[in-house]
Amino acid sequence: MDAYSILWSDLAALKRRWPRYLLTTLVSPILYLIAFGWGLGRGINMNGTSYLAFVVPGIIALTAMNTSFNGAGTRLNVDRLYFKSFDECLMAPIGLLSLLVGKASIGVVRGLVSSTAFIAVALILAPGFHLGPLFVMGLIITCLTFAFLGVLVALMAKSHEDMATFGSLILMPMTFLGGTFFSLSQVPSTLKYALYILPLTHSSICLRAAALGEPTPWSSLIILACFMLAFFLGGMAVLKKISI
Amino acid sequence: MTEMIEISGLTKEYSGKRIIDGLDLHVDQGELFGFLGPNGAGKTTTIRILTTLTKPTSGKVLINGIDVAKDPAGVKAEFGIVQQHLSLNRDLTIAENLELHARLHHLSRSERKERISDLLDYVELTDHSNYLIDNISGGMKRRAMIARALIHRPKLLFLDEPTVGLDAQTRRKVWDLIRKMNADGTSVFLTTHYIEEAEALCNRVAIIHHGRLISLGAPLTLRQNLGMIAVEAKTNGDGTRYRYFKDRDAASQYISELPESQKVVMRESNLEDVFVEITGQKVLGD
Repeated sequence: MDAYSILWSDLAALKRRWPRYLLTTLVSPILYLIAFGWGLGRGINMNGTSYLAFVVPGIIALTAMNTSFNGAGTRLNVDRLYFKSFDECLMAPIGLLSLLVGKASIGVVRGLVSSTAFIAVALILAPGFHLGPLFVMGLIITCLTFAFLGVLVALMAKSHEDMATFGSLILMPMTFLGGTFFSLSQVPSTLKYALYILPLTHSSICLRAAALGEPTPWSSLIILACFMLAFFLGGMAVLKKISI
Repeated sequence: MTEMIEISGLTKEYSGKRIIDGLDLHVDQGELFGFLGPNGAGKTTTIRILTTLTKPTSGKVLINGIDVAKDPAGVKAEFGIVQQHLSLNRDLTIAENLELHARLHHLSRSERKERISDLLDYVELTDHSNYLIDNISGGMKRRAMIARALIHRPKLLFLDEPTVGLDAQTRRKVWDLIRKMNADGTSVFLTTHYIEEAEALCNRVAIIHHGRLISLGAPLTLRQNLGMIAVEAKTNGDGTRYRYFKDRDAASQYISELPESQKVVMRESNLEDVFVEITGQKVLGD
């Protein structure tokens, strides 16, 4: 209930700029779709699948990653360091679990809304997309994973620049290297194993398998869930450290 | 009567530097208590410890009999705070800020509605309840923060520089509000840079310096200890020498012994004189 109270305030703020949010959140994925799916990838065949069908789940994964991370992390960073309203939550008689889940929830909501909006566009541009339970589960776990990561980074950041630095050094490379635009079977084995360290790689694998109607990649699903748990526990540990 | 705040042997160190140094302090229930000190004296750190935001290095703090270290959740329900900086959520309206705080303090839907309406009326913001925070004046923001701090009917209110940055007229309005809250039964712990604010409002004041309590008492008592009459005498340079006397006769005697050419002002002493004398001496003594 306390977690919902925190989410309620973030939703109240989001509702106020709903149309602008939807518009801006669709710009990047649609640009990726045009540049890579239609432009660069036109005519490329990925083991019997068109490149457009291959790349759409990857773009959904990176959209979910970026919007969940920024939705939770940037929001919390602003609350903590700019509005200074996060102290009010720390001084309220609520549990740390509620606080963490509440702060991550807006990231999950934003991630799901952005992904859904892009899926709606993608279904028009690239029909034949399987939207089953595995896809929905993979998308929710992706949003949770990166929302918890956003909260963790925002709690540890000492300035707004720290968030931007994390985005440039970690998220941006992951956007392009996390199995989003190319198949990991195409890269040298050393690089391939390095890319398996990235949570987005496993998110892309899960969403792509579900979207293309392939068998469930259980190992990637479990690894992604482990990342989610690790970021959640990391967030709890930092919250315990900063609160009395 | 249970004390509202009991601080004993409180210390706080950052990187080996002692910010709070063995602070002992008691605040009675219903008291309007002033906590004064120069910049860097440890006021904000003390408030952060009292409001569960910072862990002390050692010592004990009880708020309304509840140990802050042992039951922080219990303590959080006892107090409200108006922080020095603007801490309202600027993406929300005044009413939404109050709604969030009421939800976090577990007020029921009907209680929230009634309390928000009452408090907006109390701080005279009813007509602006649906304004976003960025669209209201500094005085309104401060009053909105006071309303938010009171939403769960706290027994103790921390006011950390509540009138900083406000014009004189708005400051007086906030003073009236503070007196009203105190008269309604809320204990108040106030820090301020405006010494006349503490003098106008507080039953007792504590002055801290370098994390240590160096003076404690009613403003009038502290003035009496220093001397009720102040004499300002211009020195040969650009400076002014201050001397304090228990009455006008003693002050006049002192003035009569000064060279006739020296510019002299005789006036009643105030709490600022006490503050400057005590902290100034301590600085020189250090």
